Amino acid sequence: MRLLRAGRWITGIALLLLAGVYVRALAYTPMERMQGMAQKIFYLHVPAAIWAETAMILVGLASVFYLFLKDPRLDRFAAASAEVGTVFACVILTTGPIWGKPIWGTWWSWDARLTLTLFLFLLYMGYMLLRGAVSDPGERARFAAVLGICGMVLVPFIHFSVYMFRTLHPMPIVLKPSTPSLPPVMLATWLMSLGVFSLLYVGFVIQRYALSYLREQLETLGEVGRGKGEG
Amino acid sequence: MRLPEPLRHTWAVASKDLLIEFRSRTAIISAAMFVVLVLLVFTFARDPTAVAAIDLAPSILWVTLTFAAVLALNRAFQLELENQALDGLLLAPIGRSSIYLGKLIANLLFVGTVELIGVPLLALFFNISVWPYAAPLALVIVLATVGFVSVGTLFSAMTVRTRVSELLLAVLVLPFMIPPLMWAARATGPLLAGRPLSDITGWLKMLAAYDIVFVGLALLLFPATVNE
Repeated sequence: MRLLRAGRWITGIALLLLAGVYVRALAYTPMERMQGMAQKIFYLHVPAAIWAETAMILVGLASVFYLFLKDPRLDRFAAASAEVGTVFACVILTTGPIWGKPIWGTWWSWDARLTLTLFLFLLYMGYMLLRGAVSDPGERARFAAVLGICGMVLVPFIHFSVYMFRTLHPMPIVLKPSTPSLPPVMLATWLMSLGVFSLLYVGFVIQRYALSYLREQLETLGEVGRGKGEG
Repeated sequence: MRLPEPLRHTWAVASKDLLIEFRSRTAIISAAMFVVLVLLVFTFARDPTAVAAIDLAPSILWVTLTFAAVLALNRAFQLELENQALDGLLLAPIGRSSIYLGKLIANLLFVGTVELIGVPLLALFFNISVWPYAAPLALVIVLATVGFVSVGTLFSAMTVRTRVSELLLAVLVLPFMIPPLMWAARATGPLLAGRPLSDITGWLKMLAAYDIVFVGLALLLFPATVNE
């Protein structure tokens, strides 16, 4: 199928570019004075975090439109985006502690951001569990849409409460109201990494979308076959 | 004076549920027993010489109330499973939002009753003076309860027809309960330590915002959970 092949190509290219970005990050981007090597993980951690949260918002938006338009393509996209979001949430939750150990001296701290990233992961897991527990496709899509919208609405609450806690986590240095306080070289590397992660997201989502389309085709075929057998 | 139509329908749904509950009383007594037992678990799982009761009180209170609420939430739509009662309710000439609000009110009264039993027992078992702070504490509890019962009622309408309904509801609703729970626990600590109300207005505002957003959202989304 064409879409699946396109998704594979995009993902492949993105993975190659990711390797390229890391060569640049390790060899051609200056070392951060205080954090040293550990800071390099920032180029992986922050883009993954941005896309994990964006994926949740996209799941929510697709869900809103699904409830109005009842277009199965929107439901398929929401499911794909949620799965890719889960993967990115895993990336944050694994790279975070690796950075945290040398810098904070602890793998995990119950800091607002860490906790709430964990929530994002739990929301995604709940979303996929709910999808797995409902067998009727129409009902599954509606239920998943309801949960997706609720999840999207929870994210701003999460963000807001970040600023109400005293926190260990570095405050955002790129996405903040004033101009980014990052040296231009680092910012360039980071922006490339963000671009690569965007491409990865697109590639993964297209593959996942194509797979659920194929599965649906199989399901309808199976039903047709069964109908004939019974008739 | 007659109430406007949707409100009367809401009350009809809520009073139906409450009447069923009142006639059998199994669920409410079980929930109350559950709260007593969770409090006992905390009493015996704590080393009284190591941790002062007042330090632990907010956590104990909110853990107990959360678990009691999760268990109670399944009830509302479980009632409608028998004899396809939900279809009857959906066929009735009332708005979907009235059904949701009715279920929400019944759940709130149910969970509220459990909390009314739980809080004095907490004060008794852990020798904490609750009475001087009764009004602000009640406000915190009401705000937090409305928040998580509104989401829980919406989700229970979906999970009730799945295979592992009880477990799935807990897994879905707990991430939504934890933020209001966190704010409520942060507000309860200073309250029980005798701090003025002005110390916790930030948390109260967050709780109120959460309630307004999620009750409104649940009203909009509920039809999607029951419409065929």
